[in-house]
Amino acid sequence: MSERTIELEILRYNPATDEAPWYQTYTVPCQEEWVVLDAINYVKDHLDSSLSYRWSCHMAVCGSCGMMINGEPMLSCKAFLRDFGRKIRVEPLSHFPIERDLVVVLDDFMEKLPRVKPYIVRDQEKPIEEGEYKQKPFELYEFKQYSMCINCMLCYAACPQYGLNSEFIGPAALALAHRYNKDSRDEGRDQREEITAAHDGIWECSFVGACSEVCPKAVDPAGAIQQMKLASTMDWYLERLGGVGARVKRSLSSRRTSK
Amino acid sequence: MAKSNKPIVWGLFAVGGTVAAFCVPALILAHGLLVPLGVFGENALSYERVSAVIGFLPVKIVVLGVVILTLWHAAHRIRVTMHDFGIRKDDMVAMLCYGAAGLLTATALLGVMAV
Repeated sequence: MSERTIELEILRYNPATDEAPWYQTYTVPCQEEWVVLDAINYVKDHLDSSLSYRWSCHMAVCGSCGMMINGEPMLSCKAFLRDFGRKIRVEPLSHFPIERDLVVVLDDFMEKLPRVKPYIVRDQEKPIEEGEYKQKPFELYEFKQYSMCINCMLCYAACPQYGLNSEFIGPAALALAHRYNKDSRDEGRDQREEITAAHDGIWECSFVGACSEVCPKAVDPAGAIQQMKLASTMDWYLERLGGVGARVKRSLSSRRTSK
Repeated sequence: MAKSNKPIVWGLFAVGGTVAAFCVPALILAHGLLVPLGVFGENALSYERVSAVIGFLPVKIVVLGVVILTLWHAAHRIRVTMHDFGIRKDDMVAMLCYGAAGLLTATALLGVMAV
């Protein structure tokens, strides 16, 4: 195991004492195979216990250690030191208010997420005696990718539209809405479209695609949003066709749920 | 929140993008390179030949379809690109882009139908 020394430049901010965020540089002795999170843990354990940041699993599953590393939103547990130079700048995720140091306030996302109803919505629940809702492998395949989101917020930090308009529902919440729209057991697309097809939903996305590039779980929120644009456009026209449109929509959605 | 009416322009944008991606490169190759190089002979795009082809109604419909859908695709693309460039007067940009597309649509309709 070879060792190397890095300069870790970390953004510090304590709202109780600091007027503005500032940078503090730590010299950290590291192992070659460490990730940025290991270096930050070293700072916390050996150099400065006042540093605040979130982390938990250290294996890209929990989604809590998202940070800007050299300006790019990344999971610090997945950012290997060997991919960076001697100096690494670490900042809290962009587009979110800072709670303290590297910890950001996630209230905005927490408020938006339930609005898109990220759970199975049924017009009528099947009685338990009738058994489970069965699903074929290809029906699972339809949405599985979109269910891999770990709510790490890297996509929000990467999205320039969210940076401009914080009312935008945003990539992760929309991808989750799409995950349930595509579920063969679900009947809630109409209800979700009240939020997702509104101006601050999918239509605020200009398909920059940064969300999909930074996603550590290959969810591809940008792809999900494009598919929702197509589906919402079809629904918009069908809704304006009166009785015929409603019949087409019903038959399409019953085909979707009866399989 | 009310549903957005953006599907009108986005629908045209999406269809126009597909049409543009499939047809425009072929059209550029044919009209911009192969015809000037004489691959199809001297008089490939002579007035008589082109007006005879365009005079045929199904051809009119196809030509108008390609031109008009590509126009609306471009209008929406430019509107969004302006936004990405940091121009934040979206209402004005939208009016200019779609206004131009509308005007050119009308011109194309009048021009092609007159042949």
